[in-house]
Amino acid sequence: MSLTTTEHELSSFRGTTSGLRLTLICILSLILMVLDHQNQHLVKIREALSIVVYPVQAAINAPFALGRWADETFSTRGRLLEENQELHQDVLMQSARLQRMIALEAENVRLRALLDSTAKVADRVLIAEIVSVDMNPFRHTILINKGGRDGVYVGQALIDAGGIVGQITRDQPFAAEAMLVTDADHALPVEIARNQLRTIAMGTGDIDRLALPFLPRNADVQPGDLLVSSGLGRAFPAGYPVGTIVDVRSQAGQPFLEVDAEPAAALNQIREGLLIWRDDDLQNALPDGQATIATEESR
Amino acid sequence: MYRKPVIWPVWVVMLAAISLEVLPLPGFVQPLRPPWAAIAVIYWTMMWPRRFGLGAAWVVGIILDILHGTLLGENAIALSIVAYVTMRFHLQIRIFPMWQLTTTVFALLAMNAFIQFWIDGVAGVGSAGISRWTQVMTGAILWPPLMALMDRVRVQIETRGSAFI
Repeated sequence: MSLTTTEHELSSFRGTTSGLRLTLICILSLILMVLDHQNQHLVKIREALSIVVYPVQAAINAPFALGRWADETFSTRGRLLEENQELHQDVLMQSARLQRMIALEAENVRLRALLDSTAKVADRVLIAEIVSVDMNPFRHTILINKGGRDGVYVGQALIDAGGIVGQITRDQPFAAEAMLVTDADHALPVEIARNQLRTIAMGTGDIDRLALPFLPRNADVQPGDLLVSSGLGRAFPAGYPVGTIVDVRSQAGQPFLEVDAEPAAALNQIREGLLIWRDDDLQNALPDGQATIATEESR
Repeated sequence: MYRKPVIWPVWVVMLAAISLEVLPLPGFVQPLRPPWAAIAVIYWTMMWPRRFGLGAAWVVGIILDILHGTLLGENAIALSIVAYVTMRFHLQIRIFPMWQLTTTVFALLAMNAFIQFWIDGVAGVGSAGISRWTQVMTGAILWPPLMALMDRVRVQIETRGSAFI
């Protein structure tokens, strides 16, 4: 009895060690990788598999979410009052600014009408929480808890209170992956707020550095300049802060300046962000009946 | 009578390893995160090559690819090849003294990292820094305690299932 089992197991074992199975697996993997690299083809499979692994991500996120919940629930009355007061002051300050904004926006629309160019329209936003899961350690990617079901789409911009965080690179039904602006493969069209000088901010792979490699030596740029998104390339809405220039170096013999900027968003400590819909994307991006879920107009 | 040892505890160990791979860590510890899943795959293919084989390693790899957001098949192919090499030499490796075994595991983990590094290079995915290689180091350093831990799981299963191995 046990002998036959042994023989059976041994013969099946010979099967598994044979290089044939490895070759097949390698070929299958290669086909998958090539298809995945060309995008599009594997979206459905990835979506299905992401639902399978979502429980793992949710389970890992759970203790952290619980910690945050406990932190909020059991905080002392004094601290809550203090926080409330701070928020009140913030709201006051913000609404004061907003009042001026409304007037400025109206003026802007009027002036743009005079110039015969289309006005920048208000964007629709949705709050998304960052899922506490570390993604690829070699890339700057994060996972957010809003996905295709909420109308999130690939290429959508993600911001936080400070400025632009990144863009959505993959949407799953329940979650979405976002690439941060500091990822080594990320590039973002920006302009310098002081003089509207347009350039491109590249990620460096360093969480608190952006590089601006395409500024000529005579460009008017200095440390402290604010970078805002220019809206060119149509991936990001225009006018959101991206970063502040911290260092300008010019090397003799080099045609371009070496300019470093610090991201405006607090990239390594964000807990939640805002997804932005551009107005012209709204019609085709939103599934029916979901347009009003947890949204607010920021006009 | 021969009773087949249960396989599910292996998958519990695998699930734990996979979860540890994406557990959030503060930035400065990140480069030291050992490749948990690869370590678990090496252990179980070495000890139970008949029950935990290439297919299982491949499935673990695919799950990792989804979780990490890497190319679908990248971790899968690397882990399959590592599992294959481990299986090929499992009889020799198993009786190695600990330091030699740890060196072998270091080589296997390095191979795992190198295959991914190479695929990233071919795919043109920029990868920053040396953290890939420091992870291999921590993986090898943590091998002896992790092996002891998984040994306990394995012995438990085998004594209960009147084991064949």
